[in-house]
Amino acid sequence: MENNALLNVEGLKLYFRTSRGTVQAVDDVDFKLPKHEAVVFIGESGCGKTSFAKAILRLLPRNVLEYSGRVYLNEQDTMQMDDDEFRNKVRWVRMSMVPQAAMNSLNPVLKVGDQVAEPLIIHLDLTKAEALERSKEMFKKVGVPVDFLNRYAFELSGGMRQRVAIAMALITNPELIIMDEPTSALDLLTQANIMNLLKRIKKETDASFILITHDIATSSELADRVIVMYAGQIVEDGDAKRFFEKPLHPYSQKLMASVPRLREIVEPEFIVGQPPSLIDPPKGCRFAARCPFVFDKCKQDPPMFNINERLVKCWLYESGKERADA
Amino acid sequence: MQNLKNGFKLLLKYPSAVVGILLILMLFAISIYTIFAIPYNTAIDLWRGGETVWGHNPKVVPPVWVNWWRASKLPETIILTMEDENALVERKPSTAGENLIITYTFDFQADEVPQDMIINFAAKYTNRSPFVSVFWTTPDGREIRVTEQGITFTTSYRAIQDEKLKRRLGGISPDLALFDNPDTEEIDVLKGTYKIVIDALTFEEDSVITKAEVLLHGKVYGWFGTDTQRRDLTVAILWGTPIALAFGLTASFGTAVFSMIFAAVGVWYGGWVDELIQRITEVSINLPFLSLLIMIGTFYSRSIWTILLVTVVLTIFSGAIKGYRAIFLQVKESPYIEAARAYGSSNTRIIFNYLIPRITPLLIPSLVLGVPAYVFLEATLASLNLGDPVLPTWGKVIQNAWQGGGAVYNGYYYWILEPAVLLIITGLGFALVGFALDRIYNPRLRDI
Amino acid sequence: MKAKTETKTAIKPASNGKGAGDLLLSIKDLKVWFELRRFGFGHAGYVRAVDGVTFDLHQREAIAIVGESGCGKSSLMKTILGINIPTKGKITFEGKDINLYNKGDLQWYRSQVGYVQQDPFGSLAPFMTIQRILEEPLIVHGVKDSKERLRRVHKVMEEVKLTPQDEFMPKFPHQISGGQQQRVVIARAMILEPKLIVADEPVSMLDASVRVEILKLLRGLQETYNLAVIYITHDLSTVRYFSERIFVMYAGKLVEKAPMDKLLKNPRHPYTQALLAATSDPDAENATHYKDVPPGEPPSLVNPPKACRFHPRCPEFMDGLCNVQDPPEFMPEPDYHTLCWLYDPNLEATLAAVKQDQK
Repeated sequence: MENNALLNVEGLKLYFRTSRGTVQAVDDVDFKLPKHEAVVFIGESGCGKTSFAKAILRLLPRNVLEYSGRVYLNEQDTMQMDDDEFRNKVRWVRMSMVPQAAMNSLNPVLKVGDQVAEPLIIHLDLTKAEALERSKEMFKKVGVPVDFLNRYAFELSGGMRQRVAIAMALITNPELIIMDEPTSALDLLTQANIMNLLKRIKKETDASFILITHDIATSSELADRVIVMYAGQIVEDGDAKRFFEKPLHPYSQKLMASVPRLREIVEPEFIVGQPPSLIDPPKGCRFAARCPFVFDKCKQDPPMFNINERLVKCWLYESGKERADA
Repeated sequence: MQNLKNGFKLLLKYPSAVVGILLILMLFAISIYTIFAIPYNTAIDLWRGGETVWGHNPKVVPPVWVNWWRASKLPETIILTMEDENALVERKPSTAGENLIITYTFDFQADEVPQDMIINFAAKYTNRSPFVSVFWTTPDGREIRVTEQGITFTTSYRAIQDEKLKRRLGGISPDLALFDNPDTEEIDVLKGTYKIVIDALTFEEDSVITKAEVLLHGKVYGWFGTDTQRRDLTVAILWGTPIALAFGLTASFGTAVFSMIFAAVGVWYGGWVDELIQRITEVSINLPFLSLLIMIGTFYSRSIWTILLVTVVLTIFSGAIKGYRAIFLQVKESPYIEAARAYGSSNTRIIFNYLIPRITPLLIPSLVLGVPAYVFLEATLASLNLGDPVLPTWGKVIQNAWQGGGAVYNGYYYWILEPAVLLIITGLGFALVGFALDRIYNPRLRDI
Repeated sequence: MKAKTETKTAIKPASNGKGAGDLLLSIKDLKVWFELRRFGFGHAGYVRAVDGVTFDLHQREAIAIVGESGCGKSSLMKTILGINIPTKGKITFEGKDINLYNKGDLQWYRSQVGYVQQDPFGSLAPFMTIQRILEEPLIVHGVKDSKERLRRVHKVMEEVKLTPQDEFMPKFPHQISGGQQQRVVIARAMILEPKLIVADEPVSMLDASVRVEILKLLRGLQETYNLAVIYITHDLSTVRYFSERIFVMYAGKLVEKAPMDKLLKNPRHPYTQALLAATSDPDAENATHYKDVPPGEPPSLVNPPKACRFHPRCPEFMDGLCNVQDPPEFMPEPDYHTLCWLYDPNLEATLAAVKQDQK
C-alpha cells in the first residue's frame, strides 16, 4: 500500500449504547484508500458498513459510547478537529456522502436546484447565482434535464431523485465520496443507468469512491478493490479482479456462492445460521460458528495476513500462501 | 398483553409514577371504603340534610384536627341529655305534677367558648305548660341564673339570643360570659368543671318533660368540618371520591374507545362513511363545549348521567378522531392488513382485531391523562351550580362554599380547600402516571 | 482442513418432472383500471394498471412474472388474490368464472390461493404471537376446534422448518430474524392448504445468504404439495431457480411469455433484452464497460405511450409502426409469445401498409 493514501484509517472504533447493551458497530478497523480508487464494502445487513461510513464522516448518533482511532485525510488527522472545524472544513467540502435511500432524503420543501446549490453557498461561500450556475452544470453532468432545477422532489421519479442526490454529493468537488446503497431502491433498468453514470463520473473526476452495498453483483460494476465486512470487522481486502475470480476468506467464498447466477447453471448455497449480534460479539474469529473450515486456532481472533497484497483475516492463511484447495 | 405487562414493569422504574400509583390507589381505597361504610342512599339522604339530621352539629366549623396546631384550642361539641350516665336526674312529686331536677356536669378545657348554648326542651301536657329554671355553676363556684321560663311542647332556648341574660351578665354576650374568667380583664375562658341545673315543674298529672338536652356547639367538628347547613362535610368529601373517579374513568375510557372505533371504521370503509364521520367531527369541534353543557343543564336536566352522556358524545367527535385517523391511514396500508384480506378476513375482524390493537398502546397514556380532565369538568360544572342537584360531589361543596356560604370572604378556608386539595391529588396522581406512561409508549420522549 | 465438497449439480426443473397438471387458473384479456377522481368528484382518467393480460396456469406449474415497479404486477397479483375486482376480462379458477362467485365461493377461493409477501416484518401483525398469526386464517375460515388449529399450526411450522415449534409459537415477530419471519409468512400462506401460491418478491428484503434458503424452501414446498406458483420479482437472476415459464410485464401488458431457458438464452423483446443486459453476475469485467440499457423510466399508467408502450425507449423503434399500431402477439418459435413488431413474419408487408396509410 502506497504512502500517499488519500484516506488512512487506523483503529477506528465506534460503539454506541442501546437499551440492550453496547453495540460495537465498528471494531478496530484499519483501512487505506489511495487517490482515484473505488473501493466497495460488501457485507450483509448489520455488519457495520453503514456505521463505518458514518464514523468517517462523523455523523454520529446521540448515544455514542466510544469513538476513537485516527482518520487521516491527506495526512491530516480529522479526529483531532473539533466538531465545528470538521463541519466547516471537511464534511461536504472534502468528503461527502450519498446516503441510503437518498432519493427519499431530499428536502420536500426546497427546489432540487436549491438543494444542490446549498453546499456551495454554505461551505464555499459562493453567491446564490454562482451556486445555481454550478448546479446547472452538475445537473447536466448527472443527466438531469436542466429545467428540473426549479422542480420539487416529489415531481421527480426515483431515478431522477437519485441523480440529484449524487449531484449534491459531487457539487463541492470533494476528494472522497461515500455512497451507501446507491441503487438498491431503484428499478432494474434505472439501476443500470445509474451505475453507468457512476462509472462515467469515476472516469471523469479525481476523487476516490467508497461504495457500500450488500448486492455483490452491483459491487462488481464499480470496484477497483473489494473489502468484505463481517460483524463489525474487515475480513478481506484486496484487488477486485482477483477477488471475484477467487475470494479467499471462507465468508467471502460463501457469500459469492450464495449469489444466484443468471448466466451460469450453478446451484447457489446458503450460509447456515446468522451473523452474530454486534452487542456481544463472540471471542476469537467471529465467523467461526458458521465456517466450514473451523479448527482450534479459530478460538483466537486472527490478525490480517497479507497474501500477495490481498489482506485476509483468517488463520487458514497464516502461512502466507493461497490455499491449494479453496 | 405482553406489551401491557412490560409497560407496567417499566412504569415502576419511574419514581414519579410510583407516587402517582400510590395516590390513585389511595383514592380507590377511599372510594371502596366509602361505598360500604356509607351506602349510596344513606349518603343522598344525609346530604339532603335538615335540622333533624344535622341539628346537633355546629354551623360552619373547621375539622377537629385544626386543633393540633392551634395554640388556643377550639372546643368540641358537648351534648348533654337526660339519659347520660353522669346526668343526675331527680324526680320529686310536686303540687300537681312533678318536679324534675337534672344536674349536668361537664368538664371544659378548651381555650375558646362554644358557638352557643342551646337547651332543647320537649314536654307533654294538656293545658298548663311546665315551667323551667336553669342555673349555671362555674368552676369557681359562681352560680348564674340563666333563664326562668315556661316551655311548650318543643322549645329551644338559645343563650346567645337571650337579651335578659346578657344584661344580667354585664352586657357581654352570654356565650362568652358564661365561660368568662372574672379575674381577668379580657375575655378568656375559665377552665374546669361546670354544672348546669335544670329545675322543671309540671302542673298536671300526666305532664312530663320528655327532653331537656343541652347543646354546647363546638367550634370544630369531625374529619372535615361542617357547612352552613350544619352538614358533616365528611359525607361529601368521601362520596365525592367514587363519583369523581367513576365520572372521570367512564368519560375518559368511553371517549377513547369510541373515538378509536369511529376512526377505524371511517378509515377502513372510506367513501361516504369516512366523509360523514369527518364532517360530524368538524362540526362537533366547533361547538362551544361548556356553553352547550350549560344550556343543557339549564333547560333540560342536570342529572349527572345526562351531563356525562353529552360530554362523552361531544368529546368522541373531536380532535382525537382526527389524530387516530391519521395513524390508521398509515396502518391500513400495512402488508399484514393486505394479507388479512387475502386470506378472507371480514371487515369487522380487520377493524377490531388488526387495526385497533395496533394503536391501543398509544391510547393508554391519553386514557390516563384524560381522567383528571373529566374530574375537573364535573367539578367546574358543579361549582357553576350546574352539577347534579342531589349528589354530594366535590364540585358541589365548592359551589356551596363559594357562592352559598361566602367561604372565602368569611374565612372558612377549610371548606374550599378540602375539595380543592382532593381535586389536586386526583389530578396529580393520574397526571404523574400518565406522563410516565407517555414516556414509555412514546420512546422518543424518554430522553426528556 | 479439507472442506466438505458440495456437489454442484444442475438445477432440477421446478415441477419435479411430473409435468404440468390440469388447468388451474385461466386469465383472458384481463383489464384492471382504477378511476382517477379529481377533487373527489370529477373524472380524470384511468390508471390502467393491468391492460389486457392473458395466460393459463396449470397445476404444479411455476411461472415468474418479471417487471419493474409501476408495471402493474402488484395490481395483477391482487386481482388474482381476489382483493381487486377486474374491470374487464375473465378469470377462471378450476373452470368457474370468478366474477360469478357468491360470497361463500369467494371465501373458498381465498383459501385456495396463498399469499407470500415481500416485507417479512410488515406482513406479520406486530402485536400477535406467531401462534396467533398462524391461527388467524384458520379462525377466519371456520376451524372452531382449537386443538385442530394447534395441530395444523404445528404441522405447517414443521414444513417451513420453524422448529422446535414450542419455542417459536409464543414469540412476537420482532423477536425473530428476517428469514424466520418470512418462514412464518410462508407458513401462513400454506396453512389453508391452497392450490396456488402467489409470491410477491418473497426474498428481496432478505439478506443475500438467506435468500437462497427461502427460495429453496418454497421450491421444496411446491414439489411436495404439487402447488402452482406465481413468483413475482424484478430480480432476473433468481428466476432460474424457480420457474419453468417467465412472463415479462411492462406498463400493464405481458410483453413476453416464454419457457425459461428459451427466454434466457435468446430473449426476443427489446425490453427483455434490456432487463437481461442490466442484470449482472459478479465479475470484475463489469467495471470495464458500460451496460447497454435504454435510458428513461417506466411510463405512467395513466397516460401510457400510444400503441407499443415501450416505443419511446426502444433501440429498435420503427417510426410509423410501433407508435401507431398496437403489436399483436407473435410466436417466433413454438411456445414463445412476444408483443413486438420485430417478430411479425410479414414485417415488410406491414411496414409498407403503414407507409401507405400515412400518405
